[in-house]
This record gives sequence, structure tokens and C-alpha cells, in this order.
Amino acid sequence: MQQTIPQPAVATARRNARIRRTASTLLGHALLLLVAGLFIIPFIWLVITSLKPTNQIFTDPLIWIPSPIMWSNYTKALTSPAFPFLRLLSNTLFYAVLSTIGTVLSSTVVAYAFARMEFRGRNLIFAITLATMMLPGIVTLIPNYVLFRWFGWVGTYAPLIVPLFFGSAFNIFLLRQFMMTIPFDLTDAAYIDGASDFTVLWRIMVPLVKPALLVIGLFQFMAAWNDFQGPLIYLDKAAEYPLVLGLYAFQTSRGATVEWNLMMAAALVTTFPIILLFFLTQRYFIEGIALTGLKGA
Amino acid sequence: MSSALPSTENRRANSARRPLLSKQLRRDLRAYLFLSPWLIGLLAFTAYPTLASFYFSLTKYNILTPPRWVGTDNYVKLFTQDPLFWKTVWNTAYYTLVSVPLGLAVALGLALLLNQRRGGIGIYRTAFYLPSLVPAVVITLVWSVMLDPRLGLINTTLRAFGLPGPGWLRSATWAKPALIMMALWSGSGAAMLIFLAGLKDIPASLLEAAMIDGANRWQRFRHVVLPLLTPTIFFNLIIGIINSFQVFTIAFIATSGAGVAGSGTGGAGPLNSLLMYMVLLYRNAFRYFDMGYASAMAVVLFVALVLLTLVVVRSSDFWVHYESGGRR
Repeated sequence: MQQTIPQPAVATARRNARIRRTASTLLGHALLLLVAGLFIIPFIWLVITSLKPTNQIFTDPLIWIPSPIMWSNYTKALTSPAFPFLRLLSNTLFYAVLSTIGTVLSSTVVAYAFARMEFRGRNLIFAITLATMMLPGIVTLIPNYVLFRWFGWVGTYAPLIVPLFFGSAFNIFLLRQFMMTIPFDLTDAAYIDGASDFTVLWRIMVPLVKPALLVIGLFQFMAAWNDFQGPLIYLDKAAEYPLVLGLYAFQTSRGATVEWNLMMAAALVTTFPIILLFFLTQRYFIEGIALTGLKGA
Repeated sequence: MSSALPSTENRRANSARRPLLSKQLRRDLRAYLFLSPWLIGLLAFTAYPTLASFYFSLTKYNILTPPRWVGTDNYVKLFTQDPLFWKTVWNTAYYTLVSVPLGLAVALGLALLLNQRRGGIGIYRTAFYLPSLVPAVVITLVWSVMLDPRLGLINTTLRAFGLPGPGWLRSATWAKPALIMMALWSGSGAAMLIFLAGLKDIPASLLEAAMIDGANRWQRFRHVVLPLLTPTIFFNLIIGIINSFQVFTIAFIATSGAGVAGSGTGGAGPLNSLLMYMVLLYRNAFRYFDMGYASAMAVVLFVALVLLTLVVVRSSDFWVHYESGGRR
């Protein structure tokens, strides 16, 4: 027995469904926009404040567009003796580049052993490696300081850079996971041709894991750029400070009369390169983070 | 040239020039050569320091003179004679208990928002992740200005809606919430991306099946998405706890940065309300150079963290569903 549904009812039902769908799409968009707006406001405020004259920073009602727009704040901040931008930048680059090279080189070699070599104790040592990822830095902080002081490295970047040339658990783990997805045929062929382990690693494996290397490099570069606690502990002369420490010193040098607009300008200059780097390498960043959370052990 | 010959034939073939080291041993040595940087690093920068922390905690050590054994004196002083210690325990516990669950909720919420197949969703994803890239110094600077009690952006907006504007970083009761806001804004990025990856891993077929069975959005979330996300939640939870126990930089700068009377010692905020465990440890170690005492603090935190992590891991048996087939 066929039951026919009256045509007008069908049309109404379809229209209602369409309205509901459009409404949910609009709602989704509105929600995204609202939350994204909330997240971006501090950035906007940073930029705006950096371009304001001092008397327009703390006002009621709020001033959203400064007049005049003080581009000179940037020149003043960057040439201020309390914020020696170029030296801070070169220190930061020194730290970031060297530490990145160190961790990429060492982590690759070690990860290769875990991924491709068979040796006694492999599982145990790998388990230990994973365990150290969970070790809180607090428990190695002081003895490491004592050790580096004994080496005479306090006051330099050595304590921050050298350990990275000995590998870091997280990067080793990431690279090992990635290497294990490379088909054995590719490396076996080279072994059969008589290549040594090192040659296989350098000539075959490395080009194949370049995306993972890029991710590790980016993360380390960014971590070094933003690192505050390390330089705070080990550096004592202002001439050696990286940008973040220099910015902090710039803030505290002013005492009670803080020129917030100059601070903001300096802050923006400190942050901008990393944001730019992120925009250029977005894809790798995002994939890299996803890698860390998934196949976790 | 390795061969698959059984060992007896191999021995006969090589009997003329038997190598000094067995094949396995040679393989081991090669591997350990590759591992050597890491092994050295482990010993020098991880194993030794961890043990040394325990040792230092039982001494009085000011770096300039050799450590002097004092037994459990540091611990006794820490637990019974240092009110600041208990203050930091409270502050750090408060911070962890509020920021970790909230952080997970925010990150998950953002990930759910981003888990739509829309054009241009990448822009929003960037917007949500951008704050994680900002160095702590800048975060505290911007938020200090926005949170100025009198004329900052936040309070002015609140007053426009008729709400009172709290003292934020200048008020003992609102300082920690202010700090937590800053942490949530800048810390949700990475966890959000991990959640997003976890969400994308959920098979669409399962969701479709649920839809066909008549489940609405909330039911689909509660009975399909959430259980399948529990491993990711577990991961983010552990990482979140480990990180928030050791919060340092934003607390340090928020209490000694611009406009605040401070000499770089890492202030404590109004009535010590922002003095975090790690900041007190830093102070004891690198201002007072009381390495033994600071090491005792480190050991206490380490033990607390290990215990808490064990509890969470144990509890995971009850609420984490692994894809390998139901509960572990």
C-alpha cells in the first residue's frame, strides 16, 4: 500500500531543512569569527599601541586609531641604547642557528640507530629515551649549572648550545618514527652495494626524511628564539642577551616611567621574525605538531 | 657480504680467517657508535644531574665552597620554616588545577570549531595558533597593558557592559586568574593542533553510522568522538601537568616586568599571590645561591610530579579507550 505524502508538505520539509543547514553554516561562521577575533585582539592591540603617542595609550574611551600614527616609535625603540637591537638580533641568531644545527645533526644520527640498526639493548635504551622525555627540567637544572660552571661556560651560550649536539629525546623519537616509515628496500639496496651505515644514512635516509628534519629544525629555532629561562640563568652581561632577554631588560630599565609604546614596538620587532617564519613554513609546523600527539610511543 | 648460510657452514667457510669480533658484536659496536652522542648526553646532562640533585639536596652548597653534608636539614627547613614554600605550593597547585582542565577544554573546543570542511579554515587555524609563537616576554607585556585596572582594554570594555573591572595583576585575588588567562591564550595552540589531528583520525563511517541511528550532535560527540579522543586527551593531560607544575617565565616577568618595582629577582605579585614554585626555586638557587635548599625544592617537585603522573596513568585504565580494541 503506497502512502503518498502531499506535495506541499514535502516542499516545506525540504525548505526547512535548507534553512536549518544555512543557519548552522552561518552560526558556525559567526562563532569562528567571534573566537578568532578574541584571539587576535591582543595582536591588534600590540600593533596599535606601538603606533600611539604616549598620551593615547591609557584613555577612556579607548582609542583604536592613533593620531598621529607614530612610526617614529619604531626608530626610537630600535635605536634606544637600552635596546641594542642589532646586537640582540645577532646574539639570538647565533643561539638559534647553532642550536638548530646541533640538534638536527645529532638527533638524525641517533634516530637512525634506533630505526634501522639491530643491536642488543635497543629496546631498553629506547624506553629510557622515552622516559627522559617526561623528566621535568627542574631536576637537572641546578646540577647542570654546577657542571657548566665547572667547565667555565657560565656567561656564554655554550651551556645552551652544546648539549643539543648530543641529541634531544623528543627529536630522536620523532625522527625515528619517521624513519621507520621509509621502506627497507631503499636502504637495503645501498647496503647490498657495499655502502657503509654512514653512507646509507647520509646519502639515502636523510634526503628521504627532509620534511621531518625541517619540522625539528623549525621547532628548535623557534624554541631558541623564544627561550627566556636558559639565557636568564647563564648570561650575565647585557651585551650577550638574546632579543627576549633584551626586551625584558628594556622594560625593567625604565623604572616607573615606562614608555609602553616603545616597548610594544620593540616587542613587535622581537616577535615578527618568528611569525613570518611560521607563515612561510605553516604546513610543516602543523604537520609536525600533529605527529607529536598521535603515534605517541 | 652477509649470507644466510647456517652457522656451521659459515664457520667452515671462514675458518681460515675468523674475525676477532663476532658479527653481532660488530653490529652492536657500529650501532653504539651512532648512539654515542646521545649516550654521552644522557649520562652527562640527564643521569648525573638527576642523581646529583638528590645529593645536593642533602648538603649546604653555595657554589663557591664545596658542598657540606647536612642530611635532611634542607627538607625540614622547607616544610616547617618556610612560609613561602607553602605559598608557592598553593599558587602552583591552584594554577595547575585551573589551567590544565580549562586548557584542555579550550584546546578541544577550538579544535572542534576548526574541524569543519570549509574554505579558508586555514586562516582561522593560523589565528588560533599564532599566540603560541609569541615569546613570554611579549605576552606578559601586551596583557599587562590590556589588564591595566584603570584604563586597560579589558576593564574599559567590562565597564562598558556595566561589569566591575577587577584589579587583575595588581589584586591578590585576581592575579592568578589573570595569569591563567594569559597562559590559556598562548598555550592552547599546540594542544589544539594535536586535538585536531585526533579528531581527523575519527573514522567518518562511525559518525555516519551514529547519525543513521538517530544520534544528534551532542550524542555523537559524547558517545563516538569523546571516547575515541581519550588517548589524545590523556597525552595532552600529562604534558599539561608536567608543564604547569614548572611554570616560570610568565610568572617571573608578570611580577617584575615593566612598571612594576623589581630588580629582576622575579617578584611575587601582590601578597605573593603570583609566586610560583619554579620562581622561588630560581630565587633560592641563583639569587641566594643556596643550591642545596633549591635542590631540595627540585626533588620535592620531582617526586610530586612522578606520583601525580603515576596516578593519572593508573587512572587511564578506566577512561582511556585504545583503538586496539576497547579498554586496555
